[in-house]
Amino acid sequence: MSEDATTGDAPATGVSGRPVDIPYREREQSVTLERMPAHREPVYGTEVEPETELFTINMGPHHPATHGVLRLLLTLEGEVVRSVTPIIGYVHTGIEKSCEDQSYWKVIPFVERMDYLAYYFNALAYCMAIERLLDEEVPPRAQYLRVIHLELNRIASHLFWLGTSALDLGAISLLWYALRDREKILDIFEMSSGQRLHPRYFQVGGVVEDIPPGFEQKVRGFLADMPSRIDQYEAILDRNEILLQRLKHVGQVPLETMLALGVTGPLLRAAGHPWDLRKATPYSSYDHFDFKIPIGTQGDNYDRYRVRMAEMRESLKIVEQALDGLPEGPYITDNRKVALPPRHELATSMEALIHHFKLVTEGFRVPPGETYAAVESPRGELGCFVVADGSAKPARVHMRDPSFVNLQALRHMSEGGLIADLIAAIAMLDPILGGIDR
Amino acid sequence: MPDATGLELIAAGVRERFGDEAVVGTMYHREQPTLEVAPEAVRDTLGYLKDDAEESFELLMSVHGCDYFPDEPRLAVHYQLLAMQRTDRLGVRTRLGADDPHVPTVVDIFPGADFQEREVFDMFGVVFDGHPDHRRILMPEDYEGHPQRRDFPMGGEPVLFTFNEREMPRWYE
Repeated sequence: MSEDATTGDAPATGVSGRPVDIPYREREQSVTLERMPAHREPVYGTEVEPETELFTINMGPHHPATHGVLRLLLTLEGEVVRSVTPIIGYVHTGIEKSCEDQSYWKVIPFVERMDYLAYYFNALAYCMAIERLLDEEVPPRAQYLRVIHLELNRIASHLFWLGTSALDLGAISLLWYALRDREKILDIFEMSSGQRLHPRYFQVGGVVEDIPPGFEQKVRGFLADMPSRIDQYEAILDRNEILLQRLKHVGQVPLETMLALGVTGPLLRAAGHPWDLRKATPYSSYDHFDFKIPIGTQGDNYDRYRVRMAEMRESLKIVEQALDGLPEGPYITDNRKVALPPRHELATSMEALIHHFKLVTEGFRVPPGETYAAVESPRGELGCFVVADGSAKPARVHMRDPSFVNLQALRHMSEGGLIADLIAAIAMLDPILGGIDR
Repeated sequence: MPDATGLELIAAGVRERFGDEAVVGTMYHREQPTLEVAPEAVRDTLGYLKDDAEESFELLMSVHGCDYFPDEPRLAVHYQLLAMQRTDRLGVRTRLGADDPHVPTVVDIFPGADFQEREVFDMFGVVFDGHPDHRRILMPEDYEGHPQRRDFPMGGEPVLFTFNEREMPRWYE
């Protein structure tokens, strides 16, 4: 298939010819836009006959539109959803329990498998917690390499969200286009760590390996390609009348409710609150980069879609700046008690051999203490709580997964609406069940 | 982040309001402040920190449990508070004995604690008095035991196959 098959018409421009001059909610070019009222009149709700029977039904756990094994207990009144009760735990695998039986660095592959679309973020939250307990500095090059991978991972996660959400809302072709670009990001991950998913690239004190030759070129090729791709996706979706009708003014939740529920990430930003941990409490050198936090105005599904599309563009800018400013130097801390010695030292240095042996057999010990480290994952605040008891294994590893907390907002997004709007709400919530159930 | 002095000021505010026995202690470790309160004072303290304290913490980001075995009291419930304007975080924790642990719920103060308190109950058996929907959340409803406790064996879960399904408890009933 030709790579340019998606191009279609040129992106929409307004009277002035500059897309940025048009308010973002009016940028799409649907032919029937003028017929769409600003606030959709409720066609359901109050006028439903009071004697209508309530109907309780299970949605899931094997429903393709629930993005995993999510079971919803719905109470329906005709087509109208009266109550939503999420029932979870179907993919609970006890990762947190398993972590207590692993030495510190063997926990990293475990936590990566929680939120399986944002593996670098899980690993970073965990590594940051351990680094704080050890009081270990991360070299600047490692911080920049982390940022490059994190932001590429954010784009990959948002692309997967875009493809599957568009699929749920009736636009199947976008799934293949979005996954095609996600494949390119996975190729980049494969270059740096040898793995496409769950790469275990982040290490306590830095990253496992330096980037190989050709990595930068590949990332730059992707950066040059991607903005026009996002334009194409927006061109496809912004002319899709069905999609717009299902997104605009649907699933609106006021900001106060979102804050009370502890919802973070694109959902909170779509409601108009510019809360982003990368700006608020910068970690891993995020304060070195120039980027914006996209926010919405109304907090409906359309704003959630817009915020995530804009976040992809901002992530591209961050990756570019990180590549431009990538400092020279070590990629992992030179503290031999934490990081493995370089391979060539093993042949000549007895001390290096001892350190290597200690690390691969017992692992390093962490002084007693407890900490909570939070990062901004594609879905919100991902916090890692670690308790160390002085041994070589963590006494407790807990992930505050954003999907788990954000799922509580589903009731507020969908009750009183139609079943079809519930599907849109799940799609825009972007829950990852691996992260919810852990 | 409140520094060590700021933490003592917060503790002094809580003591002044709810009596000396409300605050068990303060910890300041790796620039992270934690206030340890008595189990019965958790609800009052969090409500006070949210609404009335001089420097308020309006958001509850995380609730999680922990088993400090073999220390006593064994169990703990942690609350991670956040003040968005000041970008401050404060940990509040309470320690409980392993037999019959009870904590008052904070769901009516912070609705977002709903699922997280259920998870702590599921994994550690801490009962949250007054929780509107006090059930297990991740494990099956008829599950026995609280698997995140340190004395719960690793890998103690039998795997269900066709050949052993009749021996599995509760499967053929």
